[in-house]
Amino acid sequence: MSAPRSLSYAPGGRRVNWQKVAVIVAFGVVPVFLLLLFTYIPFAKMIQFSFYNMSYTKNKGFVGWDNYVKVFSKSEYVDAMLLSLYYMAGAVVQLSLALFFASVLSLEKIRGAGFFKSAMFFPFLVNGIAIGYIFKYFYTRGFVLDSVLQAIGIPLENLPYWLRDQSVNNWSLVFTSLWKYCGQNMVLFIGAIASIDPTLYEAATIDGANRWQQFCHIILPGIKTVFMLNLILSITGSLSAFEPAYVVGSMGANGTATFFIKIHQMAHVSGKVGQACAMAMVLMVLILIFTAGQRLFFRFVMKDSDNTFNAKSNKAKALW
Amino acid sequence: MMNANTSVASSDTGARIKRGIIKFLEYAALILGSFVALLPIVSSFMTSFKSGDEYAATNAMTPPQNWFNFENYRQVWVEGDMLRAFLTSFGVVIVVVLVSVMMGSMLAYVLNRFAFPGNNLIRNLFMIATLIPGIAMQVTTYQIMRQLGLLNSIWGYMILMSGTDVISIYIFLQFFENLNVALDESAVLEGCTYFGVFFKILLPLTKPAIVTVAVLKGVGVYNEYYNANLYLQSNSWRTISTALYSFSGPFKSSYNIICAGVLLTLIPSLIIFLFFQKQVYAGLANGSVKG
Repeated sequence: MSAPRSLSYAPGGRRVNWQKVAVIVAFGVVPVFLLLLFTYIPFAKMIQFSFYNMSYTKNKGFVGWDNYVKVFSKSEYVDAMLLSLYYMAGAVVQLSLALFFASVLSLEKIRGAGFFKSAMFFPFLVNGIAIGYIFKYFYTRGFVLDSVLQAIGIPLENLPYWLRDQSVNNWSLVFTSLWKYCGQNMVLFIGAIASIDPTLYEAATIDGANRWQQFCHIILPGIKTVFMLNLILSITGSLSAFEPAYVVGSMGANGTATFFIKIHQMAHVSGKVGQACAMAMVLMVLILIFTAGQRLFFRFVMKDSDNTFNAKSNKAKALW
Repeated sequence: MMNANTSVASSDTGARIKRGIIKFLEYAALILGSFVALLPIVSSFMTSFKSGDEYAATNAMTPPQNWFNFENYRQVWVEGDMLRAFLTSFGVVIVVVLVSVMMGSMLAYVLNRFAFPGNNLIRNLFMIATLIPGIAMQVTTYQIMRQLGLLNSIWGYMILMSGTDVISIYIFLQFFENLNVALDESAVLEGCTYFGVFFKILLPLTKPAIVTVAVLKGVGVYNEYYNANLYLQSNSWRTISTALYSFSGPFKSSYNIICAGVLLTLIPSLIIFLFFQKQVYAGLANGSVKG
């Protein structure tokens, strides 16, 4: 956010401008109150509760770091955390596909481009519970996915139970997440590509650059901010993944319970609020570490591509 | 001379063939991508028209015998009490969108147009809030809602949903930054109050931002299910998500009926998407840049 502008029509100064005070209080007090109520107070309480052995109704006293020790000593939680690796892998595939489709739809003259864009984007607007039903149906033995695979010649005996078989079920869930968010990422990338100066492509074509070179030297540097932000969001989102396991995986049945599902169950099924808060704290710290780490990494890496981008555009200018 | 010409021509056809193959592969990829995106929805759509016997006897990918068999829709509409759920959901969406638009635009106006102690503090509080993953705090948020007596209350759910939405505040802040201050100044010189400036002059000008925020927030609230499941457990206030969630009980093995319910919930999203595509895309772009 940019710094506030001091406005000439509402000067500060010694005399209190009561009308100004009134408008600031009247317009600002509710949003700030709600921000405190639903973000900062829960945040402070989360830190506090994580050191107590407590439920929603009873507080059995201060236990120090015990709750945190349990998070790391029980293999159940560590395993749940490792599930996010599936979702991270899925996020990488998702962003690559989104980038591929966005480049094709932006660079080439495609008949029906509007249709393809809408078709791939629409899953993003589907209600989460509806996604749960749609994919339970989709993955049921002998139903949608199996029929399609049988139609291309794979016999049913060779197919796994997509949601029950623990060697594939997490991938099945990751796919539902990819299905929902790939089109959204694609739309964002199309927007970012559209903001690149089109004369760069002309210059590159005259330079003899092919599509692949244009992609590497014009598109990638041109959309790096949007791409980076989406990558950070997807990776940190993987850490707190819960939607597929919650709606499609029947609340994390058959070894699909992600760390967030564990937190949810700890608080709302077992009623151990203190323990759940410690787990949430661990999750939050992990997310912050990943976010900061990625930002540093990209600052380091992107510096390099910044230079290639500048070099390229200088060359283009020199050519004209 | 001859040779040079033919070699140019042949490399030309070579390049053309290569372009043709690439073009073909690109279309194949796009068609495959759209197929995968639509297949789960289309299969549910076909199933929603099948009678119980037909559902049991035919393959999931077989088209229904009668495309005008709306019996499942009738059944899910009546037995699932969907009219009530739709009205509840629309009510929540309208209230939450109104509150969010008003709060977002008012706060953005104050932050953008006035210098006062705490202005930067408030901006920073909102910015830092985006770094704290909301999902991690659902446990203590639940505790607060419990203490406020807002569990199983539609008002509590609405307040929680209209809570602080940083994205709409950002969209309005950006918009106000591009609205010339001279507009306000001339109005103030003519004796308009600050409240008047906001309601009579600036708010009408922010219409594009209002539409973007409303569409984005509206679709988000309409599809929200986690908090709805957690905070609205009584049967009297079922939103479309909680109503849909409850179908796994009565319609357990009748997926043809559940599919009809699923399709019904998609209709409002589809209509909004068809009419406000531009705003949906624009809102996403705005939201993503600030995360």
